[in-house]
Amino acid sequence: MSFLEVRNLSARVRGAPDRLLRDVSLSVAPGEVRGLVGESGAGKSMIGKAVLGILPRAVEVLCGEILLGGTDLLRLPPAERRRRIGATCALIPQDPLTALNPSRRIGPQMTDRLVDILGWTRAKADARARDLLAEVQIADPDRVLRQYPHELSGGMRQRVLIASAFAAEPKLIVADEPTTALDVTVQKEVLRLIAGMQARHGTALLFVTHDLGVVSKVCQSLSVLYAGMVVEDTTVRDFFRAPAHPYARALLAATPKYTDPDRSLVPVAQDVLDGVQAQVDAADRGWRNG
Amino acid sequence: MRDGRGQVRRKVGLRLWLSAGWLTLLLLAALLAPWISPKDPLAQDLFLGRLPPFWMAGTEPGYWLGTDSLGRDVLSRILHGTRVAMTVALVAGTITCVIGAVLGLLAGFLRGWVDIVISRLIDIWMAFPPVLFSILLIAVIGPGLWSIILAIVVIDWTRFARVVRAEAMGQGAMDYVASAQVAGRGRMGTMLVEILPNVLPTIIVLLTLEMGIAVIVEAILSFVNLSISTDDPTWGGMIAEGRTSVHQAWWVLVFPLITLFLTVLSFSQLGEGLKDRFDPVLR
Amino acid sequence: MAEMFQVRDLRLSLPDLGRKPLLGAAPRIDILRGLGFDIAKGEVLGIVGGSGSGKSTLGRALVRLLEPTGGSIVFEGTDITHLDETGLRPLRRRFQMIFQDPMSSLNPRHRVGTIIGAPLALHGFDGIPERVEQALDHVGLPAAFRSRYPHELSGGQRQRVGIARAIAMEPDFILADEIVSGLDVSSQAQVLTLLERLVAELGLTLAFISHDLSVIRRLCSRVLVLQHGAIVEQAATDRLFAAPQAAYTRDLLAAIPLPDPDQVWV
Repeated sequence: MSFLEVRNLSARVRGAPDRLLRDVSLSVAPGEVRGLVGESGAGKSMIGKAVLGILPRAVEVLCGEILLGGTDLLRLPPAERRRRIGATCALIPQDPLTALNPSRRIGPQMTDRLVDILGWTRAKADARARDLLAEVQIADPDRVLRQYPHELSGGMRQRVLIASAFAAEPKLIVADEPTTALDVTVQKEVLRLIAGMQARHGTALLFVTHDLGVVSKVCQSLSVLYAGMVVEDTTVRDFFRAPAHPYARALLAATPKYTDPDRSLVPVAQDVLDGVQAQVDAADRGWRNG
Repeated sequence: MRDGRGQVRRKVGLRLWLSAGWLTLLLLAALLAPWISPKDPLAQDLFLGRLPPFWMAGTEPGYWLGTDSLGRDVLSRILHGTRVAMTVALVAGTITCVIGAVLGLLAGFLRGWVDIVISRLIDIWMAFPPVLFSILLIAVIGPGLWSIILAIVVIDWTRFARVVRAEAMGQGAMDYVASAQVAGRGRMGTMLVEILPNVLPTIIVLLTLEMGIAVIVEAILSFVNLSISTDDPTWGGMIAEGRTSVHQAWWVLVFPLITLFLTVLSFSQLGEGLKDRFDPVLR
Repeated sequence: MAEMFQVRDLRLSLPDLGRKPLLGAAPRIDILRGLGFDIAKGEVLGIVGGSGSGKSTLGRALVRLLEPTGGSIVFEGTDITHLDETGLRPLRRRFQMIFQDPMSSLNPRHRVGTIIGAPLALHGFDGIPERVEQALDHVGLPAAFRSRYPHELSGGQRQRVGIARAIAMEPDFILADEIVSGLDVSSQAQVLTLLERLVAELGLTLAFISHDLSVIRRLCSRVLVLQHGAIVEQAATDRLFAAPQAAYTRDLLAAIPLPDPDQVWV
């Protein structure tokens, strides 16, 4: 029984001929970590945004279902949808710099949602914020709560964002390339934190990334996307042993692996690209006719 | 991979056409006023005072928008008033733009002592209250077209300079500027070849806005009788006169007011429309 | 001589304007703290470090976008440490740079043809249109791209235009500053393969700055590891990966997530 289930989701930019998301289906069980992998422009971020209800206004959903705990979000009235998503989901964003309001202290930014939307008392929310900051291994939580974002380093800010995501004990977190902007050593710390908190709190995680290395460390299952279409959906074990789809295989071969320098960083061959593009074109033809 | 980026097209053209159309009409009116005005704008005829516009009762043929309390044709006066408005807009706007943009570019890109001197100059200059400044200037130099133009330039160049400086600073931090330096381009060359094209859209918008402001400033000055010294009609002057007879002859106030409004609006939309149409990045 | 660059005790500090007192100079932050190394002709040198290590500053100092505050940089026998722009101008076409961010390193209001051709015009090259076409051909882009604007290209394509611009002047040395960091995996692989080919075909000497050791392994023959503005390790690539000496290098290697679920990575 999955917590999140996306069924045949298609979306496009309003007025554009081509779809951005082509018949996307995936599921995330409670407590599961699923990776959403693909190159830039493949639509992986879009899916995360669609689930959280924060698609750009220029993008419209054409058809499909997004089931959260059994209820289709797309069929709910907007206010009810926002409430339900706000109560059960959270986001760990990509850029720690722009995700925090520079003119407010950390404390209120972490607790506002709890107090205003979920009706907690200020005291309870503050205590929760303090506990979470300690959980992400911030040494002096009281001090950080009183600081402004610019007084913290990039790594610290990302920790604050991770802590904030877990604040309301969500059932699902969408992590949108949370470590892409970080140094490799900081990335390891942050991934460890995310994995640790996810395990402790039992939260389901939709992990958007282009880095297959990261996927192999954090995720149990993954979906590979090309041009908004899911080309492979399997467990992490099976994928790294033997990816099924030619494009997915090529993506793995292109990924850097310093232990095997001659057989990694291989560019994706044109015939593989042609093949997967043909698949996309066929899907589009079927969509237009059907 | 083909994806959704770059598929959203912009609706361009309409506001550019409308604003450019109106302003072209005005320009033609200004140039051809003596020949296309139906009546002499200065000719008074007290027997024909306060005639209403052509679609109302009690009008005389040939006075399309009616007459004022001295019997002067409103339409002809508006057409002649266009000359002052357009001259001030184009001349004052352009001079302000050139001075402000050049100083802003130099300050924003060259930085160092050039920036310090120019920025301090702007700060001190902007500390003078603008309206008093212009009134003082005109009181000293005497009224006239060039006094108005000078007053506008003297006050508004700082606004240009500040905005252009900020833009130039932002562009100066870009890697393509560093790339030009690595290629061996000198500072002045970099400013003109690399920075200017990227600051030009802002300058154009500011220029057209400035022209609109110039028209308003002229109207205000003629409203308070500090504008040109001759009897030539101005929109502001007509509005001032129309104010006193607004209950008996509303058309004397309303028509120059509408013309003024449409003109200022057209200037601002022209800038935006030009930017939309010609900026390669936005197309 | 075989050494293209000879760097001795390189120091660079910048004023911390945030802490500048009202009267007097701002306190200085040391970014490069006495670096010493050589770059041999034909070598591909990797420069690795985290953010704040000074690697980008080192790169910019090498191509004299920044002026060192101490030490010396000698390029093919000429001391370029404190040369002014007039002195540098004739040398500029021999060392070029490719930038990290393909969005901001190409002037958005210039066409590709101008972006590649303008530096050539500056240095008095002839036959510029042909050279531009040749440069585009070298990086695998069609000649028609000459009339495109940067925003009409993908990130990988823009990066290749940046490479074309750098090689068009037939330089002896190219500094590549994190040029694949913003690219996705397949564009990254393409750009690296391209760079490998160009180094071989055009006999280039390359300094490749990156925070990603995996990428360095493939491309570079020797590696410099930087931390806090100092070199913590300098070695041939194979030896560095087989037996890293410095603790920091070991940490960097251990932190890399390999695409392998069986990797021991805690």
